[in-house]
Amino acid sequence: MNPDTALSAAALKVESQESRKATLQMIFGAGLGHVGGDFSALDITTVLFGAILRINPKDPTAMNRDRFIMSKGHAAGALYVTLARQGFFSTDLLSTFMKPLSRLGGHPDRTKLPGVETNTGPLGHGLPVGVGTALAAKLSGNSYRTFVVTGDGELQEGSNWEAAMCAAHNKLDNLIVTVDRNGLQQGDRTESTCGLDSLAAKWRAFGFEVVEVDGHDHAALLDVYSRVPLIPGKPTCVIARTIKGKGVSFMQDGAAWHHKVPSATEFEAAMLELQVA
Amino acid sequence: MTTLFDCRDAFASTLEALAQSDQRVVAVCNDSVGSSKLGEFKKRFPDRLINVGIAEQNMIGVAAGLANGGKIPFVCGASCFLTGRALEQIKADLAYAKANVKLCGMSSGMAYGELGPTHHSIEDLAWTRAIADLSVVVPADPTETSQAITLAYNHVGPMFIRLSRMGVPAVHADNYQFVLGKAAMLANGTDVTLISNGTLVTRCVQAAKKLRDHGISARVLNMASIRPLDREAIVMAARETGAIVTVEEHTTQGGLGGAVAEVIVQNEPVPMAILGIPGVFAPTGSAEFLLDHFGMDVPGIVDAARAVVSRKVANQRLAS
Repeated sequence: MNPDTALSAAALKVESQESRKATLQMIFGAGLGHVGGDFSALDITTVLFGAILRINPKDPTAMNRDRFIMSKGHAAGALYVTLARQGFFSTDLLSTFMKPLSRLGGHPDRTKLPGVETNTGPLGHGLPVGVGTALAAKLSGNSYRTFVVTGDGELQEGSNWEAAMCAAHNKLDNLIVTVDRNGLQQGDRTESTCGLDSLAAKWRAFGFEVVEVDGHDHAALLDVYSRVPLIPGKPTCVIARTIKGKGVSFMQDGAAWHHKVPSATEFEAAMLELQVA
Repeated sequence: MTTLFDCRDAFASTLEALAQSDQRVVAVCNDSVGSSKLGEFKKRFPDRLINVGIAEQNMIGVAAGLANGGKIPFVCGASCFLTGRALEQIKADLAYAKANVKLCGMSSGMAYGELGPTHHSIEDLAWTRAIADLSVVVPADPTETSQAITLAYNHVGPMFIRLSRMGVPAVHADNYQFVLGKAAMLANGTDVTLISNGTLVTRCVQAAKKLRDHGISARVLNMASIRPLDREAIVMAARETGAIVTVEEHTTQGGLGGAVAEVIVQNEPVPMAILGIPGVFAPTGSAEFLLDHFGMDVPGIVDAARAVVSRKVANQRLAS
């Protein structure tokens, strides 16, 4: 993001809509993907890359870059589309998603694509790595921030909480965790599987400064992210209330669209909705 | 009385020297400052010792992040917990992501002895050598340990170095040069080859001497480098001596023996014996007691070598 070209909330809303279309196109073309989780995370990634992250797509390995880690690695679709549209690599590559020998596999690979910081996918891995990058910044006196996006079902993995304790203990106020709180996981609702609530209370108890926000409200996301760190000496947790599959009426708020791929009819109907919105 | 060394001391002094000359070197541990011999490191470089507490999965992720942020992390902990508890992190965060992190597994094998099998690390080589792009090294003595740590520092990419706390004598001369991917021949021979690494190399050297009394000329290879493996040395040993015995402080299922067998079977099949912990959880006992208990004392190695030579001779008779 170049501070001179940082997008406004209105522009970010348009951009995220275009990104949804591109993501759906990509998944439909591949016959594979995680559209539900991509759509719940897309407004977050659009805001972060469009207006918040201090990172130059043409110099993606500069040591003082902000780090972004998509810990819910199955939302690779959202990540790839956001990175491509930001100029980290050509949008032409998006049509190779999940194709044989593609650089765009089902989960992101840092050795294959610029803009990917670590190889997520198993869940519970991104936050510990983010703690590490944040620690490195403190050790070096570097001012870069580390932003990690986790799923909510993902937080059932204990490694996240090891990392959370470590972040608070080390006063990593350069670490910002965003939970994509869509209330669903692969098979069912999170609260029917292994309840997470009160999630905010848990993060507070682990020493984070917590704020809850509508994860599809670009102005609200912009506002929160512009104010980090919220409290000096404390890591931040943004609980983004989201809707799985947000943007297409029949894909919203159901576990079915975790990795279901739209049929041709469904694809056309979805694109129509996204066109009009 | 031969002087015995705790290789963790060589590890610690080498790491401190590296940290002294390079600010990027950091140590990461899991409440194991004492058992990883990081006390002096902590004193000298307090900001560069990252103790995450008893949290191995977080420890590996943090190390990957530290490497991302430009550091050269040496991750230290008891090998059983370092590898077992965080194996997926080693696979995904380090090997698959090609993170420049060095894993130092302490007190491997049955070094924790009487504390029992939860603290024994006898599967770590089977687990780690199955992971692509992860180098695996098992040094035998202080000189080799020091060189392995230095090599790890210079190596770009993840590496696992397996250390013991059991006292071992020096097996290499001071001018020894450890080369990743190359076995060291400690004795040449023509009738059988003993292949070992780590704590058991010295017993193989002694066994080779004893085998002379039985008219058997034994080659001894220190195969510290499990990945990359010195396939050439293994094939030459099979070709030139015709019989192989592997000896390791590890289960017989999938460690050094398995690695050597994979090469032998596919290139130069010869009679082979694999000595190690025979697919069981150990009973109570010190490491030394248990090694003897499982037939890895010098007489046990001698017997295994003689048996495999007998099989070779019998096969030759059948063939002629």
